[in-house]
Amino acid sequence: MAYRFDFSSLADYTPVLVQGVATTVGLTLIGGVLGVGIGIAGAAARSSGNAPVRFAVGSYVELIRNTPFLVQLFFIFFGLPSLGVRLPEWQAAVLAMVINLGAYATEIIRAGIDATPKGQIEAGASLGMTGPQIFRYIILGPAMGKIWPALTSQIIIVMLGSSVCSQIAVEELSFAANFIQSRNFRPFEVYFLATALYLALAIALRWLLARLGDRMFRGGARV
Amino acid sequence: MRFATILGAVGFATAVLVGGLTGAAQADALDRITKEKVLRVAVPQDFPPFGSVGPDLKPLGYDIDTANLIGKELGAKVELVPVSSSNRIPYLTTGKVDLVISSLGKNAEREKVIDFSAAYAPFFNGVFGPEASTVEKAEDLNGKTVGVTRGSVEDIELSKIVSDKVTVRRYEDNNGTISAFLSGQVELVATGNVVAAAIIERNPPRLPILKFLIKNSPCFIGLNKDEGPLLEKVNAILAKAKADGSLSAISKKWLGTPLSKDL
Repeated sequence: MAYRFDFSSLADYTPVLVQGVATTVGLTLIGGVLGVGIGIAGAAARSSGNAPVRFAVGSYVELIRNTPFLVQLFFIFFGLPSLGVRLPEWQAAVLAMVINLGAYATEIIRAGIDATPKGQIEAGASLGMTGPQIFRYIILGPAMGKIWPALTSQIIIVMLGSSVCSQIAVEELSFAANFIQSRNFRPFEVYFLATALYLALAIALRWLLARLGDRMFRGGARV
Repeated sequence: MRFATILGAVGFATAVLVGGLTGAAQADALDRITKEKVLRVAVPQDFPPFGSVGPDLKPLGYDIDTANLIGKELGAKVELVPVSSSNRIPYLTTGKVDLVISSLGKNAEREKVIDFSAAYAPFFNGVFGPEASTVEKAEDLNGKTVGVTRGSVEDIELSKIVSDKVTVRRYEDNNGTISAFLSGQVELVATGNVVAAAIIERNPPRLPILKFLIKNSPCFIGLNKDEGPLLEKVNAILAKAKADGSLSAISKKWLGTPLSKDL
């Protein structure tokens, strides 16, 4: 084979890669927390709010789930400035990820809420709990416990999807790989390393979320 | 006697052969052009705005207009020969064309093989920004954001000349760079004058104006070696066209900007 593997040529670019990994982790962290937050709020609104609110949340979910993430990102970054809303690339990327994850998380969490036995809610009401109390203490905990694996997968998908943020010059891991590749012309080595890093990040995130889920929702699910 | 005849025949044949071979390069192309009233020009057909094929399948562009301008001045009919960037010099050296007007840049290797006229078209990478921007040199970029297409010549060159204080945003392709500039996501862009011309053509609210050059490699007309009279004539025509503004009009038409004085 004519191609000579040379991973040492990557050493000069370590700072670029480290910064790329840090940015990807940062985007995922903020996007994940805010996205799940929106998901909880959206699911609550969709399963208990009044009709216009349900319609609005439903429209948001369908709009986001039926359009590509890249187009959503381009709309926010390149499109919104025409309306006078100019977000820097980092904020545009976080916003796109939050909006995207929020829509999927809404549906996932709603599925968990719908699976709550009616008798439990009635039991809460008969104990004199208010609506928000019932949602907080009876519905949400077990619902999150049930759908936590699905939500974990969705968060990982969003993390991997953050690679397209390189298109608007966010300097995350894919950007770092593309950048290095355009300088040292070593595509195999660069993308091999980037693939390995994404895999490691995904496994670490899954492990972390599993521990977090155990701690936060097992108590609720056991009731 | 017979031997002498053979010798003579061989000598004659050699003379014809050598004469024929070198004749193509030594014959005065200008004489032929004025006699036959045909000027054969190699032009690009896949490199807009210099040369492309229009909806009527006729070649059009900066190079074609330049060829017609020179043909008109020479009083000859222009015969356009479409070439690619790899075969444009062989077309010239094998005598298939008289001139190469095909966005040809000058370098030492090419100068060994062919001659070049004066420059006829600008071709450069530079930093472009809106009219109001006061940037004039690389140091002025400190604290500013510049968009560039990742991995392009201008990316490599720009990265060499700017300091850490400059935020360079690298986009996937020219469209990303253009969009970032037009939407105001970056204040300035580093790109080629041809790309800037493509932006100007759309007549956007933010026009990219050249702030400073990164790398300059203007286009020249290529001629065969030892065609002194034709070279002189072409240079005279170019000088006149620059002076009377007709070349600048071609530049305005295809690149959106008039010719600069120093070309």
